[in-house]
Amino acid sequence: MTDLTWIDTALKSARPQAVAALLRYFRGDLDRAEEAFQEACLRALQNWPGKGPPRDPAAWLIFVGRNSGVDDARRSLKHVALPEDDSLTDGGDVQDDMAERLDGAQYRDDILRLLFICCHPDLPNTQQIALALRIVSGLTVAEIASAFLVSESAMEQRITRAKRRIGEAEIAFATPGAAERVERLGVVAAMLYLLFNEGYSASGGDALIRQPLCAEAIRLARLLLRLFPSEPEIMGLTALMLLQHARAGARLDADGQIILLDDQDRSRWDADLIQEGLALLDKAVRHAKPGPMQVQAAIAALHARAAQAEDTDWAQIVQLYTTLERMQPSPVIALNRAVAVSKADSPEAALDLIEPLGPALANYFYFFGVKGALLQQLGRNEDARVAFDRAIALARTPAEAAHIRQHLDKLSKTA
Amino acid sequence: MLYAILCYNDEAAVEAWPKAKDDAVIAKRRTVTDKLAAKGQLGPILRLMNTTAATTVRYGAEPVVIDGPFAETKEQLLGLYVIDVASLDEAVDIARGMAGKNGDGGSGAFEIRPLRAFIPDTEKRETMIS
Repeated sequence: MTDLTWIDTALKSARPQAVAALLRYFRGDLDRAEEAFQEACLRALQNWPGKGPPRDPAAWLIFVGRNSGVDDARRSLKHVALPEDDSLTDGGDVQDDMAERLDGAQYRDDILRLLFICCHPDLPNTQQIALALRIVSGLTVAEIASAFLVSESAMEQRITRAKRRIGEAEIAFATPGAAERVERLGVVAAMLYLLFNEGYSASGGDALIRQPLCAEAIRLARLLLRLFPSEPEIMGLTALMLLQHARAGARLDADGQIILLDDQDRSRWDADLIQEGLALLDKAVRHAKPGPMQVQAAIAALHARAAQAEDTDWAQIVQLYTTLERMQPSPVIALNRAVAVSKADSPEAALDLIEPLGPALANYFYFFGVKGALLQQLGRNEDARVAFDRAIALARTPAEAAHIRQHLDKLSKTA
Repeated sequence: MLYAILCYNDEAAVEAWPKAKDDAVIAKRRTVTDKLAAKGQLGPILRLMNTTAATTVRYGAEPVVIDGPFAETKEQLLGLYVIDVASLDEAVDIARGMAGKNGDGGSGAFEIRPLRAFIPDTEKRETMIS
C-alpha cells in the first residue's frame, strides 16, 4: 500500500487558505465554500497519488473547488454534467496563473476574514471556537463534539446555529483597513487563546483528550504569524502557547492526576518548544510594544527558565502580574498575582489580596483551591477544609476534584 | 571537498506533522547520517526554527532590522555563521557590525534564525569544520 499521509498533511495545511479564498468567491456562503473544498479534496485524492502533488496545493484546491462549486450551481439549474477530471487538472498554465494571483496579501486578508467571521461578537465563545475548529481547522463534528463533551447532534446544532447567525448578520466582505485589521487581529488572537485553553485546562472530562486542541491552536497561531510577521502580540501569543504546551508531558501523573507546577519533573518539559517560545518572546520584546499576550508569555518564560521550582524568580513574576492587571483588570489575574505574592512574600499577604475577590469569583474552582491552600499554609485547617469542600463542588474534571481531595487527606492527617 | 546539503520543504506542511511523524522522519534520516558518521564524513547538523522566528538585518551604512526571513529572490544563500549568544539583541548587534562593514551601498542581508538543534555527530567534526 502506498503511503498517502502526505496528501492528508497537504490538504490540512492548505485548508485555511483554500476555504478562505472559496468563501470570498462564494460571497460569504460558508456551507457552499465548505462543500466546494470537500469536493476539491476528493479530486485531490483521485489525482495526486498518480500525478504527484501540484506546485501550489492551495491554489489547486481553490481552482478545483471553485469550478465544482460553480458546476453544482449550474447543475442544479440545468443538469449539466461535471467536466472530466483531466480538463480540470491538466491546465498547468491555469495553476501558475492562480498561484500568481494568490499572493501573500490576498491569502492574508482571506484568512483573516475567515477567522474574523468565526470570531463574530454575536456568537458566544463556545460557538466561536466550534466554528473555527469546523471551518478553519476542518475537524469533524464528531471530533469537536468529543472535545467539548457533548453529543454529536448537539454540536451539529450548535454549529448550524452559529452559521445561521452569521448569515443573518450580513458581515461586510470588504478588505479590512489598517486600524480594523489590528482590532480584528486582537479578537482572533483572543479566540485562539480560548481554543488553546479549552485544550489546556479542559472545562470537563479527561484532560488528556484535549491535547490536539492545543496543537491546533499553536498551528493556527504560527499561520497568523507567517501572515503578520511583525505583530509583537501574535509573537507573544505563539510564545505563550508554546511555553505552556511544553509542560504537557509533565502535567499529569500515570493515574491522570494533576501535578502542580512546583512538583513537575522539569526534565520532561519539551526543550524544543521552550526554545522556540523564548526565541519568539525575545523577538517580540525588541518591538517595545508590550501587550497582555507578551506579558503572559514573559511569565511563562520565567517558569521555563527555572531549572528547579526553587529557582523561580517570583518577585519578577509579581511585577509582571501587576503590569498585566493594569493592562487588563480582571479578578482572575488578581488571583494569579496573589499566588505569586504568596511565594515572593507570604501567604498572609496573599490572603489579604484574595479576600476582596470572593464575590467576583464565587463560582471559580481555582479561587477556592488557592484560598484553601493559603489557609492550610497558615495552619487554619478548619477554614481550609471549608474552602476545599467548595472547590470540589466546583471542580469540572475528575482530575481537579481528585487533586483537592489530596489536600483534604493531608489536612485529615495533620488534624 | 566539503559539501553542504540544505533542507528545503513547505514549512506549513512540516508544521502540521504530528510529533510521531517528525520523529519518524528524523529516524529515517539517521539511517543515512549514522553511516556517514561512522566513516567520519559527517559534519554538524543544524535544524532551524520556523521562519517566523527569524529577524533580518539588511546591509547599509545604517543597517535596517526587520522581522521575518530573508525574501529577496535576486540574492542567494552564500554561507552561514553559527554563533552562541545569550539574546537576540546580541545577535542583532553582531549582524549589524558585519553589515556595517559592507556599507558601500551594496545589497545583501543577514538572516538570524534561531537553531532548534545542533548535532555535531562525529568525532572528526573539529577537523572538518576548521
